[in-house]
Amino acid sequence: MAMYNDKVIDHFTNPHNVGELLNPDGEGTYGSPVCGDMMKISIKVENDVITDARFKTFGCGSAIASSSVATDLIIGKTVEEALKVTNRDVLDELGGLPAIKIHCSVLADHAIRSAIYDYAKKTGKTYVGLEGFDPGADEGDTHHGCDMEHKGCEKE
Amino acid sequence: MDKRKVYLDYSATTPVKEEVLQAMLPYFTESYGNPSSLYSIGQDSKQALETAREQVAALIGASPREVFFTSSGTEADNWAVIGAAESMAKKGGHVITTAVEHHALLHTAEYLEKRGFEVTYLGVGQDGLIRLEELESAIKAETTVISVMFANNEVGTIQPVEEIAEIAKKRGILFHTDAVQALGNVPIDVKKLGLDMMSVSAHKIYGPKGVGALYVRKGLALPSFMHGGGQEGNRRAGTENLTGIVGFGKAAEIAKAGLQGHIARVSELRDYFVKEVSARIPDIRINGSMERRLPGNANITFEYIEGEALLLLLDLDGIAVSTGSACSSASLTPSHVLSAMGVPVEMIHGSLRFTVGDFTTKEDLDYTVGSLVRSVEKLRSISSVSKEKGWQ
Repeated sequence: MAMYNDKVIDHFTNPHNVGELLNPDGEGTYGSPVCGDMMKISIKVENDVITDARFKTFGCGSAIASSSVATDLIIGKTVEEALKVTNRDVLDELGGLPAIKIHCSVLADHAIRSAIYDYAKKTGKTYVGLEGFDPGADEGDTHHGCDMEHKGCEKE
Repeated sequence: MDKRKVYLDYSATTPVKEEVLQAMLPYFTESYGNPSSLYSIGQDSKQALETAREQVAALIGASPREVFFTSSGTEADNWAVIGAAESMAKKGGHVITTAVEHHALLHTAEYLEKRGFEVTYLGVGQDGLIRLEELESAIKAETTVISVMFANNEVGTIQPVEEIAEIAKKRGILFHTDAVQALGNVPIDVKKLGLDMMSVSAHKIYGPKGVGALYVRKGLALPSFMHGGGQEGNRRAGTENLTGIVGFGKAAEIAKAGLQGHIARVSELRDYFVKEVSARIPDIRINGSMERRLPGNANITFEYIEGEALLLLLDLDGIAVSTGSACSSASLTPSHVLSAMGVPVEMIHGSLRFTVGDFTTKEDLDYTVGSLVRSVEKLRSISSVSKEKGWQ
């Protein structure tokens, strides 16, 4: 498989943390099937630490691999630490994605923020890392309802 | 199950058949003369070139003098449509084509638009076919060229070429068809069909890559596209791709001799595959007419999953297929063909093209169905959308 490295293939074929949590403390969704990928994530938070995270993703191989790695990265972190996880961290953990697939890692980044936003709203908490974040802001209607930054998964 | 190598992308390209390769080999190292040279090995090459021309002409019912070799089907499309539109520019500047053409034609039409021509892109129904009434009403006094593909590369649907040719002829319009996918898969007789120009390619019929041809009806004064030496009757300059052309000729000869058997065998395999997939995987859709369709093509939407992910899982099992989703190209837009057929965008993302050919076996298809069942189930278990929860 020339397109992806072994780590990406491993996370794609054996993704970690797939599923939905019962009674989650926060839930987030990003993307849409029309755009080519959509991630749903649910989190459990205890004493401000993310103790569990589960995801479901409609999308290409790198979207699924990014979802797997991103959920791995936030489990065990405090909420504020989890908000510092960026798509760059997801990419580094995956050992890189083809240039045209980099947007797939943004999917996970946004979905995580949306889930924490949901948690913060439900509990009335505020986090520095959420300042200026609006979960619906990027879902413009420039192309089939897909914004240009998040443009699904493409291949060269 | 043991891992196999299964190639199900015969519409992308085909392997070169052994007999074709053997026919080509002497022209690399022994009979390497330039066909334009007057001494013996040059004339041997000239003879080989003309034999190949006869072989290709025989496959399409043309006279050899109506066959002009090119570098590809794409070159033939460019030459035919640009050449015809420009040579007819005094009469008018309107060209009609379809929304489901190969990019070789679509981007050529866009080029003509930039050059000031007007182009009408006919839509298609859910079956992937154009409507003749729409074609007739699109014709204007200024219409000079109609180009409609013979068979579609993504869904394999076969357009009513003979009827289109008749309409064009009645109105004094030149008609070109891109028959790259149809050649060797559908009986073609350019005379009976009444075609003016037709593009074909060698590598879709078990010949080599890098060689195509344009059929130009006798008496049609299509200007030359490549300027230089006097090759191809002064109409396509450049030293001929002799080995490639010899291979094309041999592949055409084999295709002609085995055409009915090929169609019967390949369509039986394809039908078996579609039947198995339909029986074993829920929530799928077959895209395009099953009646007017290339024998080897199946285009299937697997709902609630994304096609490139499925393609990768199949690839890990050694199976080569192609996707009609946005992931299949660098472009943002999902398959223009499935879009034109009205397939919802989220379903286009989950569509794959399987194309069966002469080296495909029933065992290959059983193996593929097994992999598909597992892979689709796996991706659906990961997917954020499902039949129960819907697409949101």
